[in-house]
Amino acid sequence: MKLVGFLLLLSGWALVLSAVILLGSALPRTAFMLAGVGVQVLGLTLVVRSHLVLRREKD
Amino acid sequence: MTPMPVPALYETSAALCMFFILLVPFAIAGLSLANTGLGRSRSAAHSMLASLCVIAVAAVVYVIFGFSWQGFVGLPSHAIIVTGKPWNWIAAEPFFSRGIDRGGTTASLVLLLQMFSVGLAAVIPLGAGADRWRLGAACTSTALLAGITYPIFAHWVWGGGWLAQLGANYGLGHGFVDAGGGSTIQAVGGLTALSITWILGPRRGKYSAEGMPAAIPGHNPVLVLFGCLLALVGWMGLNGAGAILFTGAEPRFVVLIAVNTMLAASSAALAAAAITRIRFGKPDASLSANGWVGGLVASSAACAFVDPVPAIVIGLVAGTLVTFSVEWLELHLAVDDPSGAISVHAVAGIWGVMALGLFGHFPAPVLNVAGGQLSVPNAGDTGQWMAQLVGVATLLGFVLPLTYGLNWVLNRFYPQRVPAEGERQGMDLYDLGAGAYPEFVTHTDDFTQR
Repeated sequence: MKLVGFLLLLSGWALVLSAVILLGSALPRTAFMLAGVGVQVLGLTLVVRSHLVLRREKD
Repeated sequence: MTPMPVPALYETSAALCMFFILLVPFAIAGLSLANTGLGRSRSAAHSMLASLCVIAVAAVVYVIFGFSWQGFVGLPSHAIIVTGKPWNWIAAEPFFSRGIDRGGTTASLVLLLQMFSVGLAAVIPLGAGADRWRLGAACTSTALLAGITYPIFAHWVWGGGWLAQLGANYGLGHGFVDAGGGSTIQAVGGLTALSITWILGPRRGKYSAEGMPAAIPGHNPVLVLFGCLLALVGWMGLNGAGAILFTGAEPRFVVLIAVNTMLAASSAALAAAAITRIRFGKPDASLSANGWVGGLVASSAACAFVDPVPAIVIGLVAGTLVTFSVEWLELHLAVDDPSGAISVHAVAGIWGVMALGLFGHFPAPVLNVAGGQLSVPNAGDTGQWMAQLVGVATLLGFVLPLTYGLNWVLNRFYPQRVPAEGERQGMDLYDLGAGAYPEFVTHTDDFTQR
């Protein structure tokens, strides 16, 4: 789960960069950038949850 | 890549900049004192020694390797071409910073400021790993921060890298702008602190079997609050020097920068004090101190580009965010961060970066030296928030995985957490062999009648 979370963080960043490079007009660029950040939030949530699970298993 | 000319400073700006740079160590001293005061008394000497050691490691590693990757505008760098636009991704300076004239040139002032700044970034994770992070591991982790993570991201922001050039290349405002290091120093340090707390795990006894956290209060609030006052002086220097060197701020901006820095810190501390007063019946000293430093952190990115009223708003939001995120991290996410470093530096730093996109305005001449100040003379302020958002996405998508990965690998070869016996004894006795407060030790002969 942790690895998937970090991969989502990277993928979200890649989405944001792709939006900057490939999209010229404001609306689609903004939409894709926000979608990229949304993917990153999902990734961060997964990483956080994976650490919670790991800690509970240790306890 | 063909370098742009190195921007020159007028004598007044250079002298002012030198003065500001020499104030920056006060910020390091302030954070070190705050970290120590928020930890346990049995780890106090260890905490201060660790601060000295990581500052030393950071300075040496940065000057030998780090500056080679970071560089500055006008110095050699590597770029790749993507859809016809140059993406400047790393500097190409020789090791030992041999490529710059150290006689007071702009690049040499950048080297000096960065040597202190990377030390400041390195002190941030120490607070998060307090009472359980081995000294040797902290130094090795700092070497990775100063040699790899910090300089690469700082090149993108301050060294003429692709983030700074988002305005010139893609029309996103003036490119990613960060005058005082809200992202490069604070958020990078804060995200490293988050990685360290994940890798180390919470202190023994912090969480019950049911997952409820126990309060482990800091041992000396006086150290913490005095550290806040020292940090204010250092932040004046940090914001002033950064604004002059990286955004081309003229000397007339210095007063505005100092006023904004003070206002953001003040409003953040007051917000934290008011929130804790309302919720707990009395203002909480450590959370108010966290609010103060959070306000300083949030002021950094936008210090030269906002008026005093937005600076107060930035501080109020930072103080509120810091107060709630400290509790949220501890209570709901089981992140044991004794000094609140993640909330203060990562959360407030990211807020400060985004606040520049929301409230910033850019007076003529167009600023952002790192992005090529002459390349975007007519750029409007619209789109600035998008450039800032790209910077935040880079922090989350590049810096966090990188710093976590490096520390994870380090932990595989050299366990970073002290053994259980070390935590029980305290880091002072276990790692150093002597405590910070020897008069606290009671001997039976002290109580015998003479």
